[in-house]
Amino acid sequence: MTLQRREFLVGTAALLATPAIAQARPTLAFSAIPDEDATKLMERFTKVAKYLEGQLGVSVQFVPVKSYPAAVTAFRNNQVQLAWFGGLSGVQARIALPGSVAIAQGDEDKEFMSYFIAHQSTGLTESKDFPMGAKGRSFTFGAKTSTSGRLMPEFEIRRNTKMAPEAFFSRVGFSGDHTKTVELVASGAFEIGAVNFTSYDDMVKSGKVDPKVARLVWRTPTYPDYNFTVRGDADQRFGAGFTEKLKAAILGMNDPAILAAFPRKKFIPATNADYAPIEDVAKQLNLLD
Amino acid sequence: MRLPSSMPAEQALGQRRIGRWQVVGLACLLAALLLPFADLAISTPSPRAVFAALGRGFLEPDFRAVSQLGQALVLTVAIAFAGVAIGALVGLVLALFWSSALIRTVSLCLRGVHELIWALFIMTITGPSAPTAVLALALAYSGIFAKVFAEILEEADPRPRLALPGEGLSLSGLIYAKLVPSLPAFWTYFAYRIECGIRSSAVLGFVGLPTLGFELDTLFKQGQYGGAAAVLILTYLLVITLPLWLRRPALPLYVLAAIAYVWALPRLETSGLGLWTLISRDIVPAPLRNGAWADPAGWEAFANWLWRLISQQMVPGIVATLILGLFAILLTGLIAILAFPLIVRALTGLGGSVFGHVVLVILRSTPEYMLVFIGVQALGPSMLPAILALALHNGAIIAHLIGRQASQLVPTLRIDRPHGVNLYAYELVPRLSGAFFAYLLYRGEIILRESMILGILGIATLGFFIDSAIAELRLDRAVILIIGMILTTAIVDQASRRIRRMIGAQAVSATACR
Repeated sequence: MTLQRREFLVGTAALLATPAIAQARPTLAFSAIPDEDATKLMERFTKVAKYLEGQLGVSVQFVPVKSYPAAVTAFRNNQVQLAWFGGLSGVQARIALPGSVAIAQGDEDKEFMSYFIAHQSTGLTESKDFPMGAKGRSFTFGAKTSTSGRLMPEFEIRRNTKMAPEAFFSRVGFSGDHTKTVELVASGAFEIGAVNFTSYDDMVKSGKVDPKVARLVWRTPTYPDYNFTVRGDADQRFGAGFTEKLKAAILGMNDPAILAAFPRKKFIPATNADYAPIEDVAKQLNLLD
Repeated sequence: MRLPSSMPAEQALGQRRIGRWQVVGLACLLAALLLPFADLAISTPSPRAVFAALGRGFLEPDFRAVSQLGQALVLTVAIAFAGVAIGALVGLVLALFWSSALIRTVSLCLRGVHELIWALFIMTITGPSAPTAVLALALAYSGIFAKVFAEILEEADPRPRLALPGEGLSLSGLIYAKLVPSLPAFWTYFAYRIECGIRSSAVLGFVGLPTLGFELDTLFKQGQYGGAAAVLILTYLLVITLPLWLRRPALPLYVLAAIAYVWALPRLETSGLGLWTLISRDIVPAPLRNGAWADPAGWEAFANWLWRLISQQMVPGIVATLILGLFAILLTGLIAILAFPLIVRALTGLGGSVFGHVVLVILRSTPEYMLVFIGVQALGPSMLPAILALALHNGAIIAHLIGRQASQLVPTLRIDRPHGVNLYAYELVPRLSGAFFAYLLYRGEIILRESMILGILGIATLGFFIDSAIAELRLDRAVILIIGMILTTAIVDQASRRIRRMIGAQAVSATACR
C-alpha cells in the first residue's frame, strides 16, 4: 500500500508540473493550414514566429494543426488569433467569425494558379489548353478544402470537360497536401495531379522532384489565394493599433530566409473583398452554402 | 470474456436452422460477387520501401523524440482517465433510468457514434484541445457504460430487493439493494474500460488532438520512421504495463489527478459563440435557415437537399462500409482459424508458442486504427489496407481466445489422441467451432463499426463523407450522415443477433473494447 501511494504521489507531481510551466502571459497564437509536409511547415512558421515576436513585443506561438477545418475552428474559437489561410479556408473563417479581416497576402497570391501535372508515362506535354488527353486516367486533388489543390482545379475540370471529376477521370483521390500530390504523381501512383504552383516550383528548384518525370502539362487561369487573416477583436486583446502594427510587420517581412520558406517574393496588403471570386466558385461547386 | 463453448452441442443443433458452414459459404459467394465493386488498388509507389523503412525504424527506434513525446504520453493517459471516468458517471445515471425508452434511445445514439466522429464534430465547436478529447471519449463511453451498467443492475442478486417491504423501490432501497451489491462489478468493468480508453485516447491524436496519435501522424508524414517506431513501442509499453500500475485502490486518485491535469492546462477561451452558433445555425439544414422553414418552398428545397445527401453520400457510404466489412470479416475468420495453433504448445512446441504469443500480442495491442493508418501510408487509401489491418488485428484477438481454449482442451482429450495436423483438423477445430463463430460474429459487429470510421483515412466509407462535411464546416450534413451511421449500427446489431440465433452460436458478453 505504501509503495502504491508513493508511486501515485510521484505520478501526480509529474502530471501537475507540466501545465504550470505552460501557463504564460498573453500570447499571440497563430496557425496555418497544413498545406505541405510537416517539416516544411515547422521550418516556415518557427521563423515567422521569431520574427513577429521581435517586431510586436508580445510572445508569439505557432500552433500546428492536422487539418484545414481545424485551422478554421481554432481561429473561430480564439485558440489562435492570426492564421495563414488558403483562399477558401480564409473565406470559411471570415464567414464563421464575422469581423475578422484579411490583412496581407503574398505578391504571388493576387494572381495565383494551379498546375496540372502528369507522370511521364502518360505522354502528355505542356499545352495552352486543358489536357483533354487526361480523360480516363487516375487523378489526385490535394486536401479536400484546398483552394489550389481542390476548389479551382475542380472548377476548371468542370468548365473545360463539362463533366464531374469522377466521370472524367477513372479514379479520383485526395492526397492531403501538395507535397504528397507531387510525390504521388512523380511515382506514377496517380497519373495526373493538381497542385499549388509555388509548391511544385519550389520542389523542382530544390531537386525534390524531376520535372521530366512529373511534368507540368497545364496552368489554370489565375485567381486570388493565400492570406493572413486576423480576428476582429485583436486590438481589444493586445492593445489599440495592434492590427495595424501586425499588418505593418507582415508587410515588412523581407528576410530572404523567411520569404523563401513560403515561398513568396514579398507580402502586400489584402482585403476581404479580394476573395469574393473564391466565394462565388465555392458556392457554384456546392462547397459553401 | 465469458466462454461460449459451454453450450451443449445437441441443444445448439436443435436450434439451428442453417448450418454454420452454409452461412460461411453464402458469405464467400456474396464476397465473390462483390469483388468487382471492392476498391483494392495499391496507389502508392513503393509499398515495400515504406514497410522496409518502418522495419529499419523498429531496429533503430529514435527515442530522442521521446522528450517531446512526454507531454503527448501524459496527455494520452490523463485524457483516457478523465474521459472514461466522466463517461462512467453519466452512464451510471443513465443506467438507473434504463426502463425509459427515451434514455435507451439516447444511449444508443451516444454509443452508436464512434469517439473519433464525436471528436471531429466537437472540434468544430471547441477546437483541437485536450478538453475536446475528454468530451469525445466521455460521450461515446457514457452510452457504452449505460448499457453494460444496466445489464449489471438487471443481473444483480434479487434477494436483497425482495427482502424489502413494499412494491416500489425507495431511494435508500435503490442504493442498498441495487447499487451497493453491484459496485464490485461496476469497478471491474470500469478498470477494464480504462484500458480501452487509453487506446482510444492515443488514436484521437490522428484527427488533431494532442495525444500520441498526433505525434505518430506527424513523424510518419515527415518520414521519421525511427521516431514513429518509438511512438509505437511506447504505445505497446503503455498497454502492456497497465496491469502493473492500474491498481483498483489507486483508480479514484488517478481519475482525480487526470481531471485536475486537464483542467489546469492553459484554458481555451471560447467566446461562448461556438455552441450558440452551432445550435442556432450550423446544424439547421441549410435550406431551412434564415426563416425558410416557415415557407413551403424551403421544405421543398430541404427534401431535395436531403435526397441528394442520402442518395449521393449516405447510401454509397453504407454500401462501401458493408463491402469492406464483409471482406474484413471473412479474412479475420481465415486468419484466426489458421493462427490459433501458433499459441497451442501441443501443436507448435514451446518455442513456437512463445513466438506465437509475441506476434499475437503485438497485433492485438496495436489499435486497429493505427494499423490501418500504417497500411494506408504504405498502400494508399483503398479498401486493401483497411481489410488487411482489420483482419490482422481482429484475427489475432480471436486466435488468442480460441488458442487459449484449445490449450485447455488438449489435456482433457483421450490419451491416444492424434498429433499435429490431425489433432488440429479432427479434434480442435470441430470442438472449438461454436466458440469460433460466436467470437467472429461479435468481432464482426466491431469490424463494421470500425469500417465506417476508417473513411477518415480516405477510404470511401461513410466516415469519408462525414469527414468531408466537417471539412466544409457543414455540420447540418454531418448530422444527417451521423444519423445514418447510428441506424446502420443498430441494423447490424439486429442482423448479427439473427444470424447468431440461426447458426446457434451464443452471445459473447460485450466486454471487448467497443
